[in-house]
Amino acid sequence: MTEKAKTTAGSWRTIGNRIWAFFHKDPLDLDLDAEMAAHLEFAVEENIRNGMPEEEARRQALIRFGGIPQAKELQRQTRGLPWMDVLGQDLRYTLRTLRREPGFTVVAVLILALGIGANIAVFSVVNTLLLRPLPFTNSEQLVWIAPPPSKCGLSCATYSTDAYDQFRTNTRSFQDVTGYFAFSGADNLSLTRGGQPIPATSIDVIANFFQVLGIRPAMGRAFTADDARDGAPPVVLLTDAWWRRQFAADPAIVGKAFDMNGRQTTVIGVLPASFDFGAVFSPGVKIDAITPLDMYGPPRDEGNIITFIGRLKPGVTLAQARDDSKAASNIMCWNLKYPKTCGDYKGFVVPVPLKDYVSGSLRRSLVVLWSAVGMILLIACVNLSNLMLARAAARGKEFAMRSALGASRGRVVRQLLTESLVLAGAGSVLGLFLALIIVRWLAHQGAIALPLLSTLHIDGAALGWTALIAVFAATLFGLAPGLKMAGGNLQEALKDSGPGSGQGRKHERTRSVLVVTEVALACILLVGAGLLLRSFLKVLEVDLGFQPDRAAAVKVDYDDNVPGDKTGELSAERRRVIFQQILARVGSIPGVEATGMVDYLPLGHNRAWGLPVPKGRTREEFKDVSGPLVYVVSPGYIRAMGTRLSGRDFTWDDGPKSQLVVLISQGMSHFFWPNENAVGKTLTNGRGELLVVGVVDDVREENVEDSTGWQIYYPMTQAGPNGAELVVRTTLPPTSLASSVMGALRELNPKQTATEFRPIKALVSHAVSPRRFFMMLVAAFAVLGLLLAALGIYGVISYSVTRKTQEIGIRMALGATRGKVQAEVITQTLRLAATGIAVGAVASSGVAALIASLLFGTRPADPATFVGVVTLLAAVALLAGYLPARRASRINPMVALRNN
Amino acid sequence: MGESKLDLLQGTLDLMVLQTLAAMGEMHGYGIARRIEQASGDEVLLNQGTIYASLVRLQQRGWIAAKWGTSDNNRKAKFYSISRSGRKQLALDAAHWQRLSDVMGRMLAMGQDGGGR
Repeated sequence: MTEKAKTTAGSWRTIGNRIWAFFHKDPLDLDLDAEMAAHLEFAVEENIRNGMPEEEARRQALIRFGGIPQAKELQRQTRGLPWMDVLGQDLRYTLRTLRREPGFTVVAVLILALGIGANIAVFSVVNTLLLRPLPFTNSEQLVWIAPPPSKCGLSCATYSTDAYDQFRTNTRSFQDVTGYFAFSGADNLSLTRGGQPIPATSIDVIANFFQVLGIRPAMGRAFTADDARDGAPPVVLLTDAWWRRQFAADPAIVGKAFDMNGRQTTVIGVLPASFDFGAVFSPGVKIDAITPLDMYGPPRDEGNIITFIGRLKPGVTLAQARDDSKAASNIMCWNLKYPKTCGDYKGFVVPVPLKDYVSGSLRRSLVVLWSAVGMILLIACVNLSNLMLARAAARGKEFAMRSALGASRGRVVRQLLTESLVLAGAGSVLGLFLALIIVRWLAHQGAIALPLLSTLHIDGAALGWTALIAVFAATLFGLAPGLKMAGGNLQEALKDSGPGSGQGRKHERTRSVLVVTEVALACILLVGAGLLLRSFLKVLEVDLGFQPDRAAAVKVDYDDNVPGDKTGELSAERRRVIFQQILARVGSIPGVEATGMVDYLPLGHNRAWGLPVPKGRTREEFKDVSGPLVYVVSPGYIRAMGTRLSGRDFTWDDGPKSQLVVLISQGMSHFFWPNENAVGKTLTNGRGELLVVGVVDDVREENVEDSTGWQIYYPMTQAGPNGAELVVRTTLPPTSLASSVMGALRELNPKQTATEFRPIKALVSHAVSPRRFFMMLVAAFAVLGLLLAALGIYGVISYSVTRKTQEIGIRMALGATRGKVQAEVITQTLRLAATGIAVGAVASSGVAALIASLLFGTRPADPATFVGVVTLLAAVALLAGYLPARRASRINPMVALRNN
Repeated sequence: MGESKLDLLQGTLDLMVLQTLAAMGEMHGYGIARRIEQASGDEVLLNQGTIYASLVRLQQRGWIAAKWGTSDNNRKAKFYSISRSGRKQLALDAAHWQRLSDVMGRMLAMGQDGGGR
């Protein structure tokens, strides 16, 4: 054993010495030269001593020594790393070859850079959204607790404060449960530091939020239960981004107080840069500040307002947590004051891994994206293989010569693989830069409603992935020509393997197969992109129930607080005055067509208040029916949104003391009064009788693609709105009126925050942004694939024309016309393309079926897409073949014949 | 290392170099080569140049050491000397060779007796 250990130590020592020797070639060589020179001098001297004449003495010395270069080489190999030397030779030779063919090198590196760059970028997206854990401590323990998907929007996905307390005390699977207030909209915080109030977005969280997620503030402290006490002095945690942007990264900010929403609010801490609430919980929305949710103050009785996020105890499985939650749901009450509401949540409390909630629905899209980009890489490799093969054919003689001079087959293949690796390496570096740019750009696309996108960056995993695909690509496109060369017959190649010889034809067959593959892959990509594009167009055509064009919204600040107002009638009256004034003033601005107010805009937040039922029927009859989404609006809102209405709109006369009136959506009207006009009918709820004065179109409230639940509209003068968004319909592009509308608002209320003027179209755009994102990427890849395929076709046909120059020349000399020559080349092209398209079309129909669930209003076998793609591919192939065909038809027979 | 013939020959030269240095003390490359030729009664036909591969190998293993010095006739030369671990290795290798040549001797003697035990 000691023997063995010694040997190991010895061989380590040898390896170390060899590496050292490898890096000190020059001094070692000089040393050896001197030593050998001395050796020869000793020998010469001895020979002379023995009586030889000097000439003969030197000759004998050299003979006895053996070959000097061989001895040196042997010593070098013994002391250094011979394989590294060979690699160095290969590299030097490769660089020399590539420099000699700059055209080929540039094209190859560019193709690879595009393929690899796209792959790194998409890998980073997939890694961020799907593979990497959420940016929280032990994030696999975190669960999102919500009912199965339903039609009543956020109200059905949230719980009351009583339910929260009961859930917490009646479950044992969770270390703790937290949540946040789900109904706060954008720009709900106004910061005043002298001058114009500055809008910001804050979110209320339960005090233990950061403890449960495992986030420590970068500065200061997190919330305590005391901060959330009713009547506690207001405190706020700043996000890193807002702290930098708004407070110039003030290092002493903790403890300072600012006027936020009219109250002196103390900053207790700054969150770490890695925490981005919006990125995880409300994609596409930027959250600036976090405030503690006062659970025991006014929100107590506001109904379902909190989302649940739980942290499982170590070792507790999801199934156990589900059973536990189910048991708790049976006894949870909506409001403890109303025992009848206990059990309302039965079956509606289901934990799912938080990660699934955040990005689970994107899995399929991401996999499709990943496959698409993988196909791009494949096409790029096939294309390069083709280029390399063309080169290999041209270099056949060179390699045959090298073999004849003693290079082994392995050595030749190694040389080719080295070339591929060098190209792939260069492509990867360039691709990495490309990916860096793409990823940077994507991370700043705040408008794309994809979770975690803002945390996108290139990390170690992405770099590893780069190396992996580079090696994969190099092997793939280097191996084909490598094997071909190694398998080639030495003598065959050494004989003139010029035009018309068997070798050339064999190469061409391989290249044709490669081109057919490329066209087929491009076809699949194009069909996929085409289907996604059609789906996207279909989504844009969806009747939203409102007209997003030429309308914009702005958040309006108002104060309707009347001290001592018990019934709410006084503040309702005050609101009427304020809103009527605003609407009249803004409505008089030239270019404004219609104005109205609403508390929640479509495609954003929403809420439900339970189900009013037709007069004379009971709530029990409709136990399983979800309540409609509730919107509190001013007169004119329906018209300003461009929603169709039958019956009448609200008027300012629908006041707090008059008959309670509502507008309902068509879906609700059909449900309660099928085949009857609902206008004039009466609904009842806890508050009394509601007269239906109008029926409006169903509005896509939650998202553009799914049909939604019902909507019910209450007038702002009879129900309390949760804030107010002024909607303006204009005859001019809405943004051109931004300053005059803001001016008017500020004139009426100097405290009006400088909030954003948002075109309604932007809301729709935001809602469809994930679909657009995926569609655009797949389309970009498809175009790239098409270009590469065209390049491939061009390469093969062009090469074949060059190879047949002599043959064409002879035929033309014998009387073939230009037209005939041209037609023949084009036929050859189309034959290749047709085969590729046929294979691709068959494969595409399979792939289309796989992505069927991502399509919208489009069948996987959509004829328009398939016909379009086939036509496009054929046209591109024709173009790619036309250029060499034209060249063929211009061959001068005399020149062609003379040239050989 | 492997058991191929080449290795055996290489090993042989290494062993000869070690033995020479052990017996003669510090020597330069030419001296070692000449000494081996003489000791073998000129039966080993040595390409003297190949000794340098052997020397660098032994040096890298730490069995011999080298330093530049001046010869008797005032010529600069690189002198080699055997190290302590070189001596140990020499003992091991010598024993190995002794056994091998004993076995070979017995094997070859067998033919003259007409074989069999």
